[in-house]
Amino acid sequence: MSKINELFTNKLNVINVGIANFRDDLLKQNANVTHLEWTPPGRGNPELIAALDKLEDPSVTDKIAAANKEAVERIINSQPVLIGFDQAINVVPGMTKNTILHAGPPITWERMNGPMKGAVTGAIVFEGLAPNIDEAAVLAASGEIIFSPCHEHNCVGSMAGVTSASMFMHIVENKTYGNIAYTNLSEQMSKILRMGANDESVIQRLIWMRDVLGPILRDAMKLNPNGIDLRLMLSQALHMGDECHNRNVAGTTLLIQALTPYIIQTDFTVEQKKEVFEFVSSSDYFSGPTWMALCKCALDAAHGIENSTIVTTMARNGVEFGIRVSGIAGNVWFTGPAQQVIGPMFAGYKPEDSGLDIGDSAITETYGIGGFAMATAPAIVSLVGGTVDDAISYTTKMAEITTTENPNVTIPMLDFIGIPTGIDIQKVIQTGIMPIINTAIAHKDAGIGMIGAGIVNPPIEAFEQALLALSENIK
Amino acid sequence: MTVQVLVKPNTYIDSVSLMSLSTKANQIEIVEQAIIAMGTEMNKEVIRNVGLMTPEVESAKTSDLVIIVKAASEELCEGAFDSINDLLTKKKDSSKGKSEVKYSTITSAVNGTPEANLAIIAVNGSYAPREARKALENNLHVMLFSDNVSIEDEIELKTLAQEKGLLMMGPDCGTAIIGNVALCFANAVRKGNIGIVGASGTGSQEVTVRIHEFGGGITQLIGTGGRDLSEEVGGIMMLAGIKALEEDDATKVIVLVSKPPAPSVEEKVLAQIKQCKKPVVVWFVGGNEEKVTQAGGHFAKMSKEAALKAVLLAGADESKLNKRALNLPLIEEVRAKLNPQQKYIRGLFSGGTLCDEAMHIAMEKFDNVYSNIQRDPEYRLKDVRVSQDHTFIDFGDDQFTQGKPHPMIDPSTRIERFIQEAKDPSVGVIVMDFVLGFGAHEDPVGAMLPAIIEAKQAAEDEGRHLEIIGYILGTELDSQNIEGQINKLLASGATHASSSQNAGLLAREFVVKGE
Repeated sequence: MSKINELFTNKLNVINVGIANFRDDLLKQNANVTHLEWTPPGRGNPELIAALDKLEDPSVTDKIAAANKEAVERIINSQPVLIGFDQAINVVPGMTKNTILHAGPPITWERMNGPMKGAVTGAIVFEGLAPNIDEAAVLAASGEIIFSPCHEHNCVGSMAGVTSASMFMHIVENKTYGNIAYTNLSEQMSKILRMGANDESVIQRLIWMRDVLGPILRDAMKLNPNGIDLRLMLSQALHMGDECHNRNVAGTTLLIQALTPYIIQTDFTVEQKKEVFEFVSSSDYFSGPTWMALCKCALDAAHGIENSTIVTTMARNGVEFGIRVSGIAGNVWFTGPAQQVIGPMFAGYKPEDSGLDIGDSAITETYGIGGFAMATAPAIVSLVGGTVDDAISYTTKMAEITTTENPNVTIPMLDFIGIPTGIDIQKVIQTGIMPIINTAIAHKDAGIGMIGAGIVNPPIEAFEQALLALSENIK
Repeated sequence: MTVQVLVKPNTYIDSVSLMSLSTKANQIEIVEQAIIAMGTEMNKEVIRNVGLMTPEVESAKTSDLVIIVKAASEELCEGAFDSINDLLTKKKDSSKGKSEVKYSTITSAVNGTPEANLAIIAVNGSYAPREARKALENNLHVMLFSDNVSIEDEIELKTLAQEKGLLMMGPDCGTAIIGNVALCFANAVRKGNIGIVGASGTGSQEVTVRIHEFGGGITQLIGTGGRDLSEEVGGIMMLAGIKALEEDDATKVIVLVSKPPAPSVEEKVLAQIKQCKKPVVVWFVGGNEEKVTQAGGHFAKMSKEAALKAVLLAGADESKLNKRALNLPLIEEVRAKLNPQQKYIRGLFSGGTLCDEAMHIAMEKFDNVYSNIQRDPEYRLKDVRVSQDHTFIDFGDDQFTQGKPHPMIDPSTRIERFIQEAKDPSVGVIVMDFVLGFGAHEDPVGAMLPAIIEAKQAAEDEGRHLEIIGYILGTELDSQNIEGQINKLLASGATHASSSQNAGLLAREFVVKGE
């Protein structure tokens, strides 16, 4: 029977695009109908539609599909393992005593926002390059300090992302592909350098982290020959109700549980070890950076695959939101203006106090956790505006702009489907659906710190530029 | 017995899921025993204990997924692995969660609703071809409601549909009935044994409604879009539609509705009619009888005639039909009321083919018939805002719909024009259609009513009779209540025509002078 004759005999099941009244009339006649939440692709911009058409030409779709398949397989198959801790100067590629790494795409001192300037000057004082914050600012403006994005040094950094030579770093090795990713240690509480605070208490904590916490973790991991399989641990943390960006309760417990047998074997005093455990229990964020390094490690393995339209980086410097795409190798950033984060704030602060979206932590959403895995973290649905259903729909919506599910990291509440994986620029521009990012809010001024948390979307301009570049690059 | 091992390196599944997977795997008929587990030391111990240890399993790592199958033969083991892979990838429907899944693209909607079989696309014409292409690529039949789609795009889409054996109705296709479900603009009509392929929306609606009134019914109404029978498109969808209806067991008679095709296309259509095993009634507005008859088709000059021929061919008893003949005494009466200056018809239509039909009926007796849809440029209105002699306006044409809803939904433009025409002392008759059914205005007569009453009063005050003919296209099954619509119309003092054909004939006869 021909397909047309099959249509005559089968029950009509319609996909309705456009006028909603047609759906209503179909429902009145008991037909099955799915009404699309349709918007013009590329916001109706003919240049973008032409670029989409070019990428969907039969001569290239197979190539793109193959490239994207490889990219997501590399993300999924990556096995990032925590293999140690050490000071940045000893391990991070290109690190020097007067280099300061920062979050997001490249930015100059003059253009940095309050929290990032606060963090930079604090780090300069911490490194002993200047005696106080004021002189640190003079030094930062002098050209003597080299500023560079974390991402361009195999690193990621929370919030301001400010990383200096003597800070201790996680070292995470991708056992499948061999690449390594680094990230700073969590400073825990809210008045901290990465949020732009830089007073004496902040510097003192950084010194303690450099002299006690870091060395203990370094020595502890030297005693662990196999390292800690972070992906297995991430998967467990998701099953325990973390989305591993804004909620890290379970992950922190699992991580310290894995580290403890080695920490207690180190040569430090009981008092110092006790300080470490108290520090970890002082907030739940201890494992936050750890997951970021895992995600960075997996995504770097998928970067630079010719013809791939998969996003491998989303990061913000507080002024600009930048992305990198697998099909355009190296450090080519596509940017748009950083957005305001919407969400609950600590008592006494108002939305106008908030600095714009900042940090490399959107690497978690790029991998498929954080906002993309909201359905797994019902405990923090209040951050995203309400109900468990809302949280589930955040995750299911992200499936529309991603390539596949990661079977290694699953969501119990959604019957163990994998996290949405491999953001596809084509799908973002086609649907107009933007990635959802869970994140913290820093005060807009230097020296204050965290004032809230919530959700934010990237600026669509970054994705539009990336699409145009991809369509020109396609081979 | 054969034991085979499959190690999926670096694949994590949590232990609870693994337990349920193992249970299901052991229920697979061909499986003697199956184990699905992560390669941990503890699991290896269990595997050792049940005697299924192999070197491969021994070397599996903690993060590797190990699948062991014991079955009667190697072949059966392979089959079992396939079934287990299905279990690993298959998700229950509940995976979508409780909240309703909302899709933004056709492709994702099809992935979520694999039983979807048709897409209705009604978006801006500049985006429409892209969406239609996506739908066809996803093996959906398409009803493309959007207009302002280029003929190049139409040809490309229809060629793709043809290659895939799919329907590509439109662009600019507003009417279809598939499997007794009315799509977009269509009337609620009885199910029956007459299939229609229509290149014109309201023309097809008119035929279905008349068939329904004659007691017949419809199998399918396939819309093709108005350009299908052009030289360029070559009637791709009309030919595919005829073929499908010919192969459809439920269809006994086929009716074709269109404006006259391009000559080369007409040949193709007639050739197909000639081969068709089923009777085909052809109503091509203004078409040629001889060619149709030669091809073995049944020619109809007008819409009611087409419906009548179809129901008779489908088995109706002619003696029992109410054919609603023209009311000749009424014609005499109205002629007497109109003064000698009232020479002209003004047709104000929301339906394009209804306009075309009335215009062609007028053209049989008058040479000075103007319209915005006249094919002869000499008789096309120079300024669509200004009427001339006999004028028929299709308010659904592009000049009136740019940036505005169709007049079947939004009557405002037509109301303004009606008021203007009613003031013209050379006008004898104003004829209008009121389309009911799915997609249409909920009270089209009511919207026009105050203007009708006012205009008739004003004419009377000037000592002239203004004759208004209203035709209501609809059935008693339509939601607008056709009875109520007719009563409203009659109460305003207008004349009710029982069909599109009769509306045109009455209008013409009312103003014919000197017979």
